[in-house]
Amino acid sequence: MPKVTTLNVNGTVHNIDSDESVPLLSVLRDELDLTGSKYGCGEGQCGACTVLVEGVARRSCLLPVGSVGHKQVTTIEGLAKGEQLHPLQSAFLEEEAMQCAYCTSGMIMSAVALLHANPDPSEADIARFMQGNVCRCGTHPRIAAAIRRVAQVSRGAQP
Amino acid sequence: MKNAPAKAAMPFEPERYELNAAPAYHFAASRREFFKLLGSGLLVVSVSPQASVAQESGSSKRPKAHELPSDIGAWLHIGEDGKVTVFTGKAEMGQNIRTSLTQAVAEELHVPIVSIEMVMGDTQLTPFDMGTFGSRTTPIMNLQLRKVAAAALTNLLEMAAAQWQVNRESLEAAEGKITHKENKRSIAYPELLKGRQLTQTVRVVETLTPPARWTAAGRSAPKIDGRDFVTGKHRYPSDQKLPGMLHGKILRQATFNATLASADTSLAEKMPGVTVVRDGDFLGVAAGDTASAGRAIAAIKAEWKSSPQLSNADFFQSLQKAAGEKQPGSEASYETGSVEKALAGAEQRLLQSYTVAYIAHAPLEPRAALAQWSGDNLTVWTGSQRPFGVRTELAEAFRIPESQVRVILPDTGSAYGGKHTGEAAIEAARLARAAKRPVKLVWTREEEFSWAYFRPGGLVQIASGMSKDGKLTAWDFHNYNSGEAGIRSYYNIPNQRCVFHEVESPLRQGSYRGLAATANHFAREVHMDELARVANMDALEFRLKNLDNERLRAVFTAGAEKFGWGKAKADGERGFGMGGGFEKLGNVATFVEVAVDRESNTVRIVRMVTAFECGAIVNPGGLRNQIEGANIMGLGGALFEAVQFENGRILNGRFSKYRLPRFTDVPPIETVMLDRKDLPPAGAGEAPIVGVAPAIGNAIFDATRVRLRSLPLLPNNMQLPSPSAA
Repeated sequence: MPKVTTLNVNGTVHNIDSDESVPLLSVLRDELDLTGSKYGCGEGQCGACTVLVEGVARRSCLLPVGSVGHKQVTTIEGLAKGEQLHPLQSAFLEEEAMQCAYCTSGMIMSAVALLHANPDPSEADIARFMQGNVCRCGTHPRIAAAIRRVAQVSRGAQP
Repeated sequence: MKNAPAKAAMPFEPERYELNAAPAYHFAASRREFFKLLGSGLLVVSVSPQASVAQESGSSKRPKAHELPSDIGAWLHIGEDGKVTVFTGKAEMGQNIRTSLTQAVAEELHVPIVSIEMVMGDTQLTPFDMGTFGSRTTPIMNLQLRKVAAAALTNLLEMAAAQWQVNRESLEAAEGKITHKENKRSIAYPELLKGRQLTQTVRVVETLTPPARWTAAGRSAPKIDGRDFVTGKHRYPSDQKLPGMLHGKILRQATFNATLASADTSLAEKMPGVTVVRDGDFLGVAAGDTASAGRAIAAIKAEWKSSPQLSNADFFQSLQKAAGEKQPGSEASYETGSVEKALAGAEQRLLQSYTVAYIAHAPLEPRAALAQWSGDNLTVWTGSQRPFGVRTELAEAFRIPESQVRVILPDTGSAYGGKHTGEAAIEAARLARAAKRPVKLVWTREEEFSWAYFRPGGLVQIASGMSKDGKLTAWDFHNYNSGEAGIRSYYNIPNQRCVFHEVESPLRQGSYRGLAATANHFAREVHMDELARVANMDALEFRLKNLDNERLRAVFTAGAEKFGWGKAKADGERGFGMGGGFEKLGNVATFVEVAVDRESNTVRIVRMVTAFECGAIVNPGGLRNQIEGANIMGLGGALFEAVQFENGRILNGRFSKYRLPRFTDVPPIETVMLDRKDLPPAGAGEAPIVGVAPAIGNAIFDATRVRLRSLPLLPNNMQLPSPSAA
């Protein structure tokens, strides 16, 4: 089986040794020790494994690592700039948008992609876009509030 | 593995927390070891109220002088560096108790929250704890830790008083310092403790700060380690790693209760780096990575012997049959007056049955464990609500003493009552023993759906009687299989009988958030709505007429006010309903508005209001989060969650087939929190779920005159059943 030997994650090109059919999630978690992306269902139904590939939200549990090529992968570990949290990370803390928080990294990565595509989403836009991410603890209203908080701040910054 | 799965495969598993049987307690740490581990300072231990009962019954011997008492509930250490370390066997799975327990200690000890570290759920480091369930952390552990912290502060005050030769009453504590009220001289706790090794056991009730004067508790505090969660840094059980670790995978039985007839493992055994374990009906592999483990499992040819088993429909028929026969042998959970006489003489009577489906906990993190052997000593990192229970299971499975087993619970990706057992821990440990390397095993979602356990399905039958003017006189309540929690009515009914009937369950079943209280409240609160209609009374007025409990009246009244109950009337498209009750020391009333789209014949939840009261509030933000979460989780079981099964197999055991509440399912939810500073705080993880399903069902009836008596109410994509089917 053809092998994949490099992967560009969070701005660094990593040397890896994986069959091209192995899901990106396994490579991230097991080979690169980036365990922030979670396994939840293995069929792209819960969003816990969400990462960005060239800024677009992808379910890494279904994505063969061979299909990533030289594209840039961003995981939850690559979101903060040093000690400076990404605005969505801060907003999740401020809104207390988590209980067990197992879904949190996937939620934040999906939300980053949402705001990238639509900087000013309505409540309905947020619900539709985030529909594929499961929070079993039921913090949905807080997650939506965290996303709106960031959208409002950036709207305020760029009138 | 021969002895352990016997318990795991039991077809009927009662709600485990009600068994409440503590294994023998082994506590080996001595004072000296403690100070070696933590450094000099002050160590305060508390005797747990439950453990002291065991002590009185003579089950444990008196401690020797150098040992600590053997019945400790929690302990706290203040180091000479000022660091406060608190030890409790409780587990954090999203209820946010790591934060609320820290707040409690900060409150009593007068130290900043950041100086406190909580060590939780580690069988080697923390005192025995029955488990984290039943909403008992706040009423019991919170109280114990507050007592321990208060005792520590008393000690510190006495030390300072002795050192300065002043009266203790002239001193006050704040921010980790003791200050003389008049001359303002002050000393930090660490300075008092320099070079000392002091211990104290707390057996008496200390004077605690009354809730009305709380400063650290009673306020919202953000999740203590929240930053680790939003950055992906926190390591859940499934994220644990060890050098040289292998990945495990289990070959699952073809059906429940199947036995292994034959297995050809030769191909798998030839694969490089693969260890195959066959032990009785246990068949699993360990390999260098998950893909190799998967390939090895796929290469095993196994034949299973199965026997025919009940499907969904058969099961509910068997419940109906059991209800028809009434099983006179079952003992009533509660009985008062004469139900037969009161029913016979009632001016109005109603007999109805209600059912609830089996549902899955579906914690987003499936069961996971990492096991490591060192000789005959076993360490397992896993996600569970019962670290000491899992330790017992492991000791039994491998026939080793519990003292050779250490179970560590990293903060876990939720449980909701679904992680009382240690299946993954046993499996990983079995593979690790054979492979002579650490093994990690993470269950797949499909495994979690099929091989964990379920919230029991069941049937409730109620026969009731009331006077013409709507005063309840008789109540005969029978629950088949779903359980006893919340079975007793809180309405005033002079003649009442509540009976739980055990029925053989086709699925492995166990506890779930709120346990059977969801089923029992659903039946009771829908029945109350039906009775109100018979009496031609408003649903709130009817409840209040039959309800004396002042705390429950308060939540119904407060919720109704927030909701605007009675302001708008049902008009065929909109409807309003309520449901509430009392469970695990919490009082709840939920109000729901629904809208019906007549074209598609579907229902939409427009809004929800939940009023809740659980005594004094420790962390209002955390409480609101728990109430909202319970409401949203409740939507799933109320509207569409149901496990489908047939002949020993789960038919819809994946997220693409089992519908969970998602963003577009969640309506605006308002919460009303009643803070009773005059009452001790109680837990809130469970009770707020119980009003959701009946409130929705009653609102649907209000809008449509279609009475739905089965959970889930709208499994067919929120579509109302055709009138004939309902």
